[in-house]
Amino acid sequence: MSASRPLHAAFVAAAAAYPDRTAVVEPGRASITYAGLERLSDRLRDHLLVCGVRPGDRVGIYMRKSIDAVAAIYGILKAGAAYVPVDPGAPPARNAYIMSNCAVHSVLVEARVAERFRAELEALGAAVPLLETGECGGGEALSALLEALDSAGPAPVAENVWPGADALAYILYTSGSTGKPKGVMLSHENAVSFVDWCSETFSPTHTDRFSSHAPFHFDLSILDIHVALKHGAALVLIGEEAGKDPQNLARLIAAERISIWYSAPSILALLAQFGKLARDNYPHLRTVLFAGEVFAVKHLRTLCELLPDPRYYNLYGPTETNVCTYYEVLPPVPPERTAPYPIGKVCSHLEGRVVDEYGAEVARGAEGELCISGRGVMQGYWALPEQSARGFFASADGRRWYRTGDIVVEAEDGNFTYRGRRDRMVKRRGYRVELGEIEAGLYRHPQVEEAAVVAVSDEEAGVKITAFLSCKEQRALSLIEIKRFCAENLPLYMIPDRFAWHAGLPKTSTDKIDYQRLKEMA
Amino acid sequence: MEKLVERKEELKAAVKEFILREFLPGEAAENLTDDVQLISGGILDSIATLKLVMYFEERYGITLEAHEVDREHLDTVHDIVELLAAKQ
Repeated sequence: MSASRPLHAAFVAAAAAYPDRTAVVEPGRASITYAGLERLSDRLRDHLLVCGVRPGDRVGIYMRKSIDAVAAIYGILKAGAAYVPVDPGAPPARNAYIMSNCAVHSVLVEARVAERFRAELEALGAAVPLLETGECGGGEALSALLEALDSAGPAPVAENVWPGADALAYILYTSGSTGKPKGVMLSHENAVSFVDWCSETFSPTHTDRFSSHAPFHFDLSILDIHVALKHGAALVLIGEEAGKDPQNLARLIAAERISIWYSAPSILALLAQFGKLARDNYPHLRTVLFAGEVFAVKHLRTLCELLPDPRYYNLYGPTETNVCTYYEVLPPVPPERTAPYPIGKVCSHLEGRVVDEYGAEVARGAEGELCISGRGVMQGYWALPEQSARGFFASADGRRWYRTGDIVVEAEDGNFTYRGRRDRMVKRRGYRVELGEIEAGLYRHPQVEEAAVVAVSDEEAGVKITAFLSCKEQRALSLIEIKRFCAENLPLYMIPDRFAWHAGLPKTSTDKIDYQRLKEMA
Repeated sequence: MEKLVERKEELKAAVKEFILREFLPGEAAENLTDDVQLISGGILDSIATLKLVMYFEERYGITLEAHEVDREHLDTVHDIVELLAAKQ
């Protein structure tokens, strides 16, 4: 239904329709109107074009979540380039790898990290021009950068560039099984078809106020930013530290009159348990969306009891397709229910089918891998033709289907239920975690003889990760020692919940570690 | 002065007991010394830290400020005891 258009076009139209409305809010600090955001992103476009950015180029964003970063996104899109957002809190070496991997034209980067970042880029032999800003916030850092560039010679006012529906709009890097992040390439058409599906399904208006909880390098941010700013709504930026203080976050949701909330379930579980939600009223909150992992039913039940009025939607989809199925949870959650809710039906801009290991469709009710086809599906992984090819199969009618790697079952009513992974990836607090990466980390300990990591679903935590270890010496390491070792070698969200020491790990008849047996033991 | 020292010993025992029971089941008590790093050592993640805070807030009827719920204030048994003692 949606005509082919650039991802930024709906924002440009909203800015013309609602110039004086608030576009983006940094709570307690600053806000910017639609006209202001339009101007700021136009000026960045003009300078990027002067710097030589051409359609199809990539431009990196290494900035904290801020009005400046939102303006950067639209400035880059308007210049006809794709934006590549990275985690401002990640090690500069990782971000340098990403920027050099997709050969960005230039990077907008905050000065506080610029020096280390430049050194890491040089170590990789990548010569990338850096556009340095001060500490981002309120749009002032980007404004100051543009002022400085203007003083060297103002950029002529240009038109927005439309590189075509198949041109890349952004690249999001996710955890790769090899240990190197891989870049998921999404085009304007991919993004616009998803944004339009959101419009159809959630009917946002210019009076809505969207939360922006996910960081901009997560695909949840695509809904937040581009759906909110398509409709003239306000986008309320929520800082990373929100999870540390659920009570404060609850007050913020009330005070900022958030009407559409979207996040991973883990933060909602924290709000339900520790947010003292009963202290405030949330009359504006009409829609609660969650995605990224299974929502433990126990906490979802508590949340629905505390906040019975909004509509709740379980959204599902890998970064490669963005949201591809959705399910409305109707409160109350029955007290006897322990099974997670279904992931639901395939979104209207996509098609789904469930296939066996040979790619043949399975009968309804049988387990199989969910595959997705349609306008929202990524083009592939940046510079990884083999992995991209493995990610797809073609059906007899020539359509390409993305293999999600997720095993599902279709129920009589057409809703899909998530059963697990085909491979060894799990989701934890919204992060993709490859179990093999944890094992590789554990093997780095000199005393570890064997390491095998399994994940089992858990009502409380969603998923519990257990590490089975055998030791080269008699004395098993203490829990404190092994946890400290993990904290030094793995991201915190990868540290196993439980450690079990055995004299030797159980083996199959071919002398491989018996994961099935370990799962039963966990 | 003596009272305060006694009080801190009580607090320390309570904090250690709670951490061992909730987050280090099976660990020998003597391994949890006053200076074991809890947050940076991977023992307390963000949810565990909140659970610990909620438990002691309720047990002692005190309130910790949001900025206190971090590595700087809660990374060791020693830090936790000092913070709890200052609140009483």
